[in-house]
Amino acid sequence: MLALKNVEVVYSDVILVLRGISLTVPDGKIVALLGANGAGKTTVLRAISGLLDIHNGEITKGEITLDGRRIDHMAASKIVRLGVSQALEGRRILAELTVEENLRLGGHTSSKRSRDNLDRVYTLFPDLKDRPKFIAGYLSGGQQQMLAIGRALMSSPRYLLLDEPSLGLAPLLVQQIRDIIVEINSQGTGVMLVEQNAAMALSIAEHGFIMEVGKVVMDKPAAELLEDDDVREFYLGLQGEDAASFAEVKHYRRKKRWLS
Amino acid sequence: MTQFLQALINGVAIAAVYALIALGFVIIYKSMQVLSFAQPGLLLIGAWWVVFATAPPEEGMPTLFWIVMMAAVTGAIGALFLLSREVVKAAVAKSLFVFMALVAAIDVIWVAWVREGDVGGLGWPFWAGVIFALVIAALTGIAIERGFLRPMVGKPVFAVAIMTIGIDVVLRILAIDLLGINIRSVNDPWGIEVLKVGDLVFQHRQIAQVVTAIIVVILLLAFFKYSRFGLAMRATAFDQEVALTQGVSVSTVFAMSWAIAAVLATIAGVFLGSGFGLSPSAGVTALKALPVVVVGGMDSISGAIFGALLIAVAEQLTVTYQPTYAPWLGQGFAQVVPYLIMFIVLLIRPYGLFGTKEVERV
Ligand SMILES: Nc1ncnc2c1ncn2[C@@H]1O[C@H](COP(=O)(O)OP(=O)(O)O)[C@@H](O)[C@H]1O
Ligand SMILES: [Mg+2]
Repeated sequence: MLALKNVEVVYSDVILVLRGISLTVPDGKIVALLGANGAGKTTVLRAISGLLDIHNGEITKGEITLDGRRIDHMAASKIVRLGVSQALEGRRILAELTVEENLRLGGHTSSKRSRDNLDRVYTLFPDLKDRPKFIAGYLSGGQQQMLAIGRALMSSPRYLLLDEPSLGLAPLLVQQIRDIIVEINSQGTGVMLVEQNAAMALSIAEHGFIMEVGKVVMDKPAAELLEDDDVREFYLGLQGEDAASFAEVKHYRRKKRWLS
Repeated sequence: MTQFLQALINGVAIAAVYALIALGFVIIYKSMQVLSFAQPGLLLIGAWWVVFATAPPEEGMPTLFWIVMMAAVTGAIGALFLLSREVVKAAVAKSLFVFMALVAAIDVIWVAWVREGDVGGLGWPFWAGVIFALVIAALTGIAIERGFLRPMVGKPVFAVAIMTIGIDVVLRILAIDLLGINIRSVNDPWGIEVLKVGDLVFQHRQIAQVVTAIIVVILLLAFFKYSRFGLAMRATAFDQEVALTQGVSVSTVFAMSWAIAAVLATIAGVFLGSGFGLSPSAGVTALKALPVVVVGGMDSISGAIFGALLIAVAEQLTVTYQPTYAPWLGQGFAQVVPYLIMFIVLLIRPYGLFGTKEVERV
């Protein structure tokens, strides 16, 4: 089980972004983390994956554990080795590299099993299998998202963290991504799904957490959230028009920074 | 015509050396966006280890003290790295820096009293000496990254660049003391022998350095293309956060890029020391890697090779023709040519001929 307990995160020593977050991802389950833009969802994932350093952020309180073992303050590479893998928001494929090279990079920590992992990814994403030598930057948006997820699977993680995988994708592709997440989960991988698309996320998740300005304000089984009036109004009602277009204008520049 | 071709041959030969040094610079820049001015120092120290390893035992080396000291420092930091990746805390690093600064200071005083000759060379064959030097160079590169650059994490790019200048100064002072006032042989097999084809002269060492540079570049490209760590280095250069999420230890990538750069500088140093011997002035030659990378683009490997060819050939053509056609430019004008070309390129394309545009903000 992956668990956060009262986690507080501060950026640049002064900007308090997570104000005591507690949540859990049980083995082999899908958990949805929902919330408006800027609520701190991405920050939660950064905290888990050990990526706060390069964003000049820091966990100032609380703890993150994997099966009871503390993983906060662990190096990012170590966390991946322990079986927690993340597909970052905005896909972030290495555009100049080929599809296969992107996937090989994903297998960095488990080079011995890379053949098996590659087969698994290619089975999940036949689109990628057809063009291993293709320059990743020329793939379509949907394919790039599949590559990003495939890359994250190359380390055969126990927990897969997905940051807004449906971002900017057409409804049909969102369906496809959704089905793939279910498939990945059915193969035994726990999934933490961060989404703006609450309807999609809650339709497959077992449990859901809703965040508002750095706090978890709801923590319920997905079925109950789907029935909740507030959730229906604020998170499900909004879908389609405003939320989707808002998400699309978000633009992520590539960051090049020092790392401790 | 012969004159022109000969200038071209000499140009390509020296380009091989420039390219080796410049590649190290580019690799460091690509992986961690640090401008390393320490390349000349690395080159001198690296080549000095070859001198030490290959000199006959009866040839006096400066002082036992320094050799032991350097070996101890590089060995200790290298071992520290191998044993405890994350444990090397900033405190250790800072004290190491103070220590090295002290070493440099004591050194200045020390040389005023010490005469050479307490210890002789190891008398090893050339190739053994080169391999020995390359291993130490790699450790030195790792030590520098761990000891000096790690504590600079998050500091402005400019401050880090200044740091590398400091490292260069320390390394050069050490190297100059170790080399002493004499020019020292690296005991290379090429000497000053030549191959004559018609009127053209190919020095053996020129052939060796071009062939070596080509092999090194092919090996490097293969490393980046096919190996796990090569791919990790490329990924780090491209998007550090992505590399981290895929489990790449970015700090290992940094250390590795310094190790590679130090090894490349050492190979270049061996060639600069071939034939007529190694003297501290090799550091001045090494400095020309700077115009080379500025011309080629700081983040481009092909740019480094192209820049090296352009600068070296231009330099050699100037050496050949300027005294006849433009004597009023004065003696030694060729020395200025690389910087002149750099200046012009900077005006037209600040990010270099092959560089990525956004890189230029540094
Ligand atoms: N590197 C950073 N430095 C300072 N503030 C940041 C940084 N990254 C994110 N934030 C702030 O933290 C808040 C939460 O951001 P984020 O975790 O990206 O939210 P979400 O993923 O839910 O949209 C936002 O207000 C954002 O402006
Ligand atoms: Mg986000």
